[in-house]
Amino acid sequence: MELTGREFWTLIHGMVLGAAFLLGFGGGFAGLYSYTPEWLTREGIRERILRLDVGTGLMALASWLTVITGTWIVYPWYRARPPAELADAVTNFQRTGQEVSPEQLSALQNEYPRWYLLAQEKTAPWHEFGMEWKEHVAWISPILATVVFFAVLYYGPRLAYEPRIRQTLMLIFVLSFIAAAIAGLFGALITKAAPIL
Amino acid sequence: MTTADRATGEPARKPDGPVAALMWAAGIGILTLGILTTINEFGGAISTFLNFYNPVGPLAGKTTYAVVVFVIAWVVLYNMWKNRDGLFGGASRALLVLTVLGFLMTLPVFFQLFAAG
Repeated sequence: MELTGREFWTLIHGMVLGAAFLLGFGGGFAGLYSYTPEWLTREGIRERILRLDVGTGLMALASWLTVITGTWIVYPWYRARPPAELADAVTNFQRTGQEVSPEQLSALQNEYPRWYLLAQEKTAPWHEFGMEWKEHVAWISPILATVVFFAVLYYGPRLAYEPRIRQTLMLIFVLSFIAAAIAGLFGALITKAAPIL
Repeated sequence: MTTADRATGEPARKPDGPVAALMWAAGIGILTLGILTTINEFGGAISTFLNFYNPVGPLAGKTTYAVVVFVIAWVVLYNMWKNRDGLFGGASRALLVLTVLGFLMTLPVFFQLFAAG
């Protein structure tokens, strides 16, 4: 049982960094939701802000690292261009519908995921919709997560006495999660259809 | 801290300018990502401009320039608003609208409408 270098980085991107953000969201959201003087003592308000600072900061960091590793490490392997003969076969299929041969599909499958997906009508949407959406929408997540982290850091214990600000931050946090969840879902499904080996 | 704050132990209010600046900057950055994603579909010189690192393709430029715009906007707006207050409501509405636009403009069924040819 071993992982290639590419599998290792795909794992880091999706199952370590991305998963850490998605899993941490529940705790972060609950922390913001319950950060109110109605439910906490003054001591509790002072004690919990450190956890909110660290938690939202780590989540923002995880989100940035997820999109950076995804875009600059894993994505080039995904979109690598095959030799001209194979690339022409896929382009010809897209233009005329002439099917790519099984041998050519086999040659594409392990090393050219994007082109492998585009070479068949049943798998093309995984790239044309799934990857095209994922690779862009994912970058919304760390930008929004940074807003939440900075606001938590800036307001500190004052945040407990600002319900409107907390509610707004929770909404921003949810939007950040949605962007990451879309990217994570399509990442998992695309990896299943065309893994990077 | 005001006398009332000392009595209740409640931390003093802070001006919301710094957070409003970041919210506006985030919205502008997200909108920039959406705009670049859409105009890349025109192809040609725009696509070439965004593709400054071929292994990543135009995505390199779309995401990098969006983040650069986000950071620059944050620095500029922070310096303008760091001591101002009363900006949070407008900033949160702007961020919400710009984020929705960003989601829309990064959706393939939208930006692929502008594909060249």
